[in-house]
Amino acid sequence: MIEVRLYAAQRLSAMVLAPLVIAHLILILLAVEGGLTAAEILDRTRGSVGWALFYGVFVLAAAIHAPIGLRNVIREHTSWRGEVVDKAMIGLGILLFMLGGRAVLAVVVG
Amino acid sequence: MTVTETDRPAEIGSEPGSETGTLTVEVWRGKDDGRFQSFTVPHRANQTVLDIVTWIQRHAEPALAYRFACRVGVCGSCAMTVNGKPRWTCRTHVGKVAEDGHLRIEPLRNLPRLKDLAVDMTPFFEKWQAAEGRFHPTKTRHDPLSTISPSSAKRKAADAGIECINCGVCHAACDVVAWNDDYLGPAALNRAWTLVNDERDGGKRTGLDAVSRSGGCHSCHSHGSCVEHCPVGLNPTRGIAGLKRMSLVGLLTGDAG
Ligand code: HEM
Ligand code: SF4
Ligand code: SF4
Ligand code: FES
Repeated sequence: MIEVRLYAAQRLSAMVLAPLVIAHLILILLAVEGGLTAAEILDRTRGSVGWALFYGVFVLAAAIHAPIGLRNVIREHTSWRGEVVDKAMIGLGILLFMLGGRAVLAVVVG
Repeated sequence: MTVTETDRPAEIGSEPGSETGTLTVEVWRGKDDGRFQSFTVPHRANQTVLDIVTWIQRHAEPALAYRFACRVGVCGSCAMTVNGKPRWTCRTHVGKVAEDGHLRIEPLRNLPRLKDLAVDMTPFFEKWQAAEGRFHPTKTRHDPLSTISPSSAKRKAADAGIECINCGVCHAACDVVAWNDDYLGPAALNRAWTLVNDERDGGKRTGLDAVSRSGGCHSCHSHGSCVEHCPVGLNPTRGIAGLKRMSLVGLLTGDAG
């Protein structure tokens, strides 16, 4: 059943997101200490498999989590219903994954 | 024989009791495009909100439409919105809910209005059916009775939700019901939970499927407004969480999906 699968995917992706969001916030606090430069960021991320995985999984989890959540919000707060909503949400998931993936590649590759 | 005042059955709205001033009561009149009508009603000791409505119908406005039957919190027919909250009016003391001697009584939320304080309960009961909220027998009268241990975990889970009186208070209290027409609502899902835990019920598979569709248990946000308002103290949120858990187990074991 699709609703059960989406429910499970929403919770699983949330469980993945929670520690990543915390790590992300801590990293932001540490990174801005003493000024933030592009060179400093790229120094850390370029060629790093670890950071590629960290941000890659982050993007994937967000691309799964956000459209499922938005689907619920749409169904509760607008009169938009049916397959067209599902298709739009699949589109949003792909868009988030591509935009996020492109950003990850940009800081990791090269 | 002529019926005198004393021969008439005791009036619900006028039991003996000390009068302690008056109440200003605003009552919804009409259907969706109605208006509030104001009444001044004598305030008596131990008076319930249903007593107030009955007093108005008997003494001030005979055309007032409302619903009740048992007057003792059993039948579930008297629910209304009282000062903004859904309540069973027959067991709600005026003293507890009146604000500065003021009451505002409206029909229950989230159900189609019929007239004045009466709503159409049909969608509420249709959702019970959509949630497979009915017993599916597996035996005939010729089979021996099932032996169910009252201390088994399943029976305890079913017992915790079994005392529902179908009043619709939780249905009116739930925002998801208001937002999503498809949502089965706390009462129907609570009923489904009692059935999937009933060892005698033969419809567990269909039951779990029914509550896993769009608008089923997964639409619940667990915010607990149903628990807060249920007059008999049931916890539909817990039952709905149980259904979600059961559906996940079904997904993992390949039993649902
Ligand atoms: C710390 C990480 C996160 C956790 C633990 C988390 C957890 C959850 C949970 C459990 C729900 C379901 C709520 C419900 O159905 O009642 C949810 C809904 C939602 N999440 Fe997240 N989430 C996280 C991060 C995110 C992020 C980063 C986004 C956006 C990109 C997001 C967007 C949404 C949306 C739009 C909903 C739907 C709102 C709702 O159903 O009430 N979440 N989240
Ligand atoms: S816990 Fe679920 S069923 Fe109860 S009021 Fe909230 S959304 Fe509705
Ligand atoms: S669960 Fe409680 S509030 Fe809901 S219909 Fe049953 S008795 Fe009424
Ligand atoms: S009249 Fe029966 S529950 Fe109130």
